[in-house]
Amino acid sequence: MLKLKNLEAVYNDIILVLRGISLEVPKGSIVAFLGANGAGKSTTLKAISGLLEYEDGEITNGAIEFDGVEIHKKQPQDIVRLGITQVPEGRRVFAELTVEENLRVGSHTQQKNTNLRQEMERVLNYFPRLRERLKMQAGFLSGGEQQMLAIGRALMAKPKLMMLDEPSLGLAPMLVTEIFDIIKKINTEENVSILLVEQNALMALGTADYGYILENGKIVLDGPCNELITNEDVKEFYLGTGEGHDRRNFAEVKHYKRRKRWLS
Amino acid sequence: MDYQLFLQLTLTGLAWGSVYALVALSFVLIFKATDTFNFAQPEIMMLGAYIGFTLVSVFHLPFFLGFVLTMLIMAVLTALMEMMVVRPLVGEPMLSIVMITIGLAYVIQGFVGMTWGYEEFEYPSPFPTDPILFGEVVISQAELYTIICTAILLVVFFLFFKFSSSGITLRATAEDTTAAFLMGINVKRVFTGSWVIAGLIAAIAGTFLASFTFVDPKMNFLALKALPAIILGGMDSVHGAIIGGLLIGVMENLAGFYLEDYLGSGINEITAYVVVLLVMMIRPYGLFGSKEIERV
Ligand SMILES: Nc1ncnc2c1ncn2[C@@H]1O[C@H](COP(=O)(O)OP(=O)(O)OP(=O)(O)O)[C@@H](O)[C@H]1O
Ligand SMILES: [Mg+2]
Repeated sequence: MLKLKNLEAVYNDIILVLRGISLEVPKGSIVAFLGANGAGKSTTLKAISGLLEYEDGEITNGAIEFDGVEIHKKQPQDIVRLGITQVPEGRRVFAELTVEENLRVGSHTQQKNTNLRQEMERVLNYFPRLRERLKMQAGFLSGGEQQMLAIGRALMAKPKLMMLDEPSLGLAPMLVTEIFDIIKKINTEENVSILLVEQNALMALGTADYGYILENGKIVLDGPCNELITNEDVKEFYLGTGEGHDRRNFAEVKHYKRRKRWLS
Repeated sequence: MDYQLFLQLTLTGLAWGSVYALVALSFVLIFKATDTFNFAQPEIMMLGAYIGFTLVSVFHLPFFLGFVLTMLIMAVLTALMEMMVVRPLVGEPMLSIVMITIGLAYVIQGFVGMTWGYEEFEYPSPFPTDPILFGEVVISQAELYTIICTAILLVVFFLFFKFSSSGITLRATAEDTTAAFLMGINVKRVFTGSWVIAGLIAAIAGTFLASFTFVDPKMNFLALKALPAIILGGMDSVHGAIIGGLLIGVMENLAGFYLEDYLGSGINEITAYVVVLLVMMIRPYGLFGSKEIERV
């Protein structure tokens, strides 16, 4: 459904941030996209959403295809209309608008004659907590509620593909579990494919079907999540559960440089 | 204090204040939506007054038809201004955009001077010219209707922003452009829309101002009082712009009358700036503004 082919992107004409990324999100699946700070995950999502040109960035090579259509030269609003929505990093709900107005803005691309109330009900069924707060200004919601609103708002556009940028950021573990359950539910019930960017590798790999690991703008590892989760490198650097005492002596040398970069 | 005189002065002040408030509102609208300042708003106001004058007085259209046509023409002109003058600069530093709008202001001034000359004309006011008497209070109908129409316009404005899809879209874009893109909002179109709405509001202000003064090529300077109104109210506050405009209109009119004997004539000209200076000392971000706004 979504295909990135050897995608390269720069900021300010010089800073090469993505160095040839190839990635695929098959229809109906959940794909995890992992990597340390500054690896280029958000940049990849911005490239897909068509936002790079507005942040002084540019796609310099490669292509993005969605349902067989090339989209990397399209405007953000046209990409949303094709069925790709993004829940951006840091939620970015419209703080001065009410919860209800936020949802309404989310349905911006829908036909005027679709039943707004009904659509809102559909979305609120996933987030009962928002229903009680419809008239409240979004800025007053808690972090978890804002994340729910951000997802709900994206769902109002009836996407085929939803991209989430670190939905667990800054949330308590209980809430993270709740949010991930909802993501999973949306995936199966609404038949929405999902591209999930995360730092919380354990949660992401537990939820997704397939995973990619990005490092310095390059994909260094990919595979089905149940394989990744048992991979020693992944265990050590992303899950913090690496054991391999016998490996340590020689592996540590190799990994030392990588670890330093990851932690910086 | 003679309360009738006081009332009369206050009403006149409110009428002028309505004009300041509308122009201030038009400034704030563009600022909130696009994060840049359009210094040509007073000139756009003047252009609206001249076009209305021409359609009604020169081409003898009925006032209402002339007014509607003026609004249509202004909508097209302000959309073109945004697309041709400002759009190519989006992403450039705010200062460049501000400079180009100041340039735009001069171009409109020049155009008005070349087209209509530098004399003043009587505006074909739609309001009856004979004053109304409330007891001994004498009220100009143009002023009274200006106040009433402004109040109605503001109510319509607020309903539009609170309930209509376009209004909510505009507020969302004003708050977070990137998130607006992600909602599938055509942000460029919203920017153009904010210029058009601001242009129409300014043109309506011009219609009011001309109807109790004249159409003349220095009208724009009268509207410049909208700037202290904005600073008073807080640059990013719609309520602030309106209240600031009304306050300045009333205060300068009262000061002009009551303080003239002590401080000399011309006191009404500087009242606005004195008040603003005082407020800025206490609340540098204006009466209603949010704290993090940078000053241009
Ligand atoms: N607008 C920009 N202009 C210039 N450089 C940028 C811009 N945005 C991001 N970068 C740089 O691009 C690199 C990748 O950033 P990106 O936000 O994609 O990382 P990320 O993987 O999402 O990290 P995080 O986990 O911290 O969100 C970083 O080195 C960052 O400094
Ligand atoms: Mg990021």
